[in-house]
Amino acid sequence: MRDLIRCLDARIRDERPIGVTALVPAIQTLTLHYEPTQTTFDSLRDYIDATLATLRIVPVAVRAPIVIPVCYGGDGGPDLDVVAATLHSSVEAIIEAHTSGVYTVAMIGFLPGFPYLEGLAPALHTPRRATPRTSVPAGSVGIGGSSTGIYPCRSPGGWQLIGRTPRALFDPTRPTPSLLTAGDQIRFVAISADELRKTTEFA
Amino acid sequence: MSLVVRQPGIQTTVQDLGRPAWQHIGVPVGGAMDTQAHTIANLLVGNEPNATALDCAFGALALQFEAPALVALAGRDITASLDGRPIPAWHAFRALPGTLLVLHSGCRTTIAVAGGFDVPEVLDSRGTSLRSAFGGWQGRALRKEDRLPIGAPRPLGQRIAAHLDTRHRIVADWSASPSVRPAYVAHPVVRFIPGPELALLTDTSREALFRDSFGIAHESDRMGYRLTGSPLALTAHREMLSSGVTAGTIQLPPGGAPIVLMADRQTTGGYPRLGEVIAVDLPLVAQLRPGDTVRFVAVSLELAHTLYRERARHLTGATRAMHLRFAPGADGSR
Repeated sequence: MRDLIRCLDARIRDERPIGVTALVPAIQTLTLHYEPTQTTFDSLRDYIDATLATLRIVPVAVRAPIVIPVCYGGDGGPDLDVVAATLHSSVEAIIEAHTSGVYTVAMIGFLPGFPYLEGLAPALHTPRRATPRTSVPAGSVGIGGSSTGIYPCRSPGGWQLIGRTPRALFDPTRPTPSLLTAGDQIRFVAISADELRKTTEFA
Repeated sequence: MSLVVRQPGIQTTVQDLGRPAWQHIGVPVGGAMDTQAHTIANLLVGNEPNATALDCAFGALALQFEAPALVALAGRDITASLDGRPIPAWHAFRALPGTLLVLHSGCRTTIAVAGGFDVPEVLDSRGTSLRSAFGGWQGRALRKEDRLPIGAPRPLGQRIAAHLDTRHRIVADWSASPSVRPAYVAHPVVRFIPGPELALLTDTSREALFRDSFGIAHESDRMGYRLTGSPLALTAHREMLSSGVTAGTIQLPPGGAPIVLMADRQTTGGYPRLGEVIAVDLPLVAQLRPGDTVRFVAVSLELAHTLYRERARHLTGATRAMHLRFAPGADGSR
């Protein structure tokens, strides 16, 4: 399913059928937005049927995971102790487990550049906070249920915050505004508070 | 050329018709809340539909012009004045240097100025993305004493301004025809296309959706209008994966109070979708205030498209008429 959506998205993006104004890939769906003065529902459906009939579904090219540095705990990860306590574990073991996984970007959504990451070890699954924070700083790395993710910008949020990254996941002035796209693989490496401060890409 | 914000209003942003093409990386479309009012206000001052204009929630906005400008207001229930004299909506008017335009009240008012606002383009749009703080005027809502640069008017805008000046008129004696304006009311019946999860409503909830009036909650904002009324329930809890949504998507969060997604909606959502408000009725929803109500009626995708194309033809016709009326050498009379 994932490869199908990715390949169909790439093909339609490449062919740019008249009237299609946006393509939004998600985990099990691909949404087409279109302008009804330029095309019709029926002609788009026929186009998609025809495209699917000839679509070559290729697996994602194998690349080294993108490394996301994270300063765990401290000001950037105020919930790390809570997560360790909830999981009857130690802070060191949580960091070890979180940095040893390879995660797949299932889709981008919710916020500009926000990756829905798959691959969080079951031993790290932690319920969301009972009361969401009204403001989570940009770069915060969190765990919410069976997901882990990174807040690209300041936002309200209910995830348990375990650390912070200096990498800007989204910058509208970059040629490629989103650091990540669906299908990418990432892994986290631990850095010190000093490194976080020196390498931060946030203003 | 610029104008100075003397009072910023409840929430006033620079908007165009948004940035649809970046939704795959989570960038909200944004843009004008009432795209029809935005398009017409721009037309009245000779701008392209996608030119930047101000989008003001409710009112309490005061703008002082530093150079002569050609201006138009569009939206529902607008009360405005220019140096204390009432100014009608849907008419082009001249704002001379030093004059103070006050928007006393309105719902979602478009304030278009010939030439638009000269702000940088970010991801193909000059509109403000409030949540991510980029685009528009410094990525934020207007504040007191902001000085907004106004762009150079197009030839059409220049000729409309000259037409008013040679007749010594402040306000044009012509206006946008009611046939191209949305028929705003405080209690509209809004048409929607049934959505994928509509069938999951309980019988009682489905009856309520088609029968009840829903109020507009105070927590409504540019992202979505929250509805009040008897809570709607699904026959079964449905754990859903996020997928694409659009302006007009009627979502049903677990609390049972539906949300109609608006301009600044997220690109994807994971709540059950009861339907999509059709594009031609979205301006009616955009212009609702807390205290107003809305009722829903289901229509087919075919009808939605027919109405959409009809509206597009009306707007194209109005644009052509403006270009003919104010063609070089024409004197602007009918």
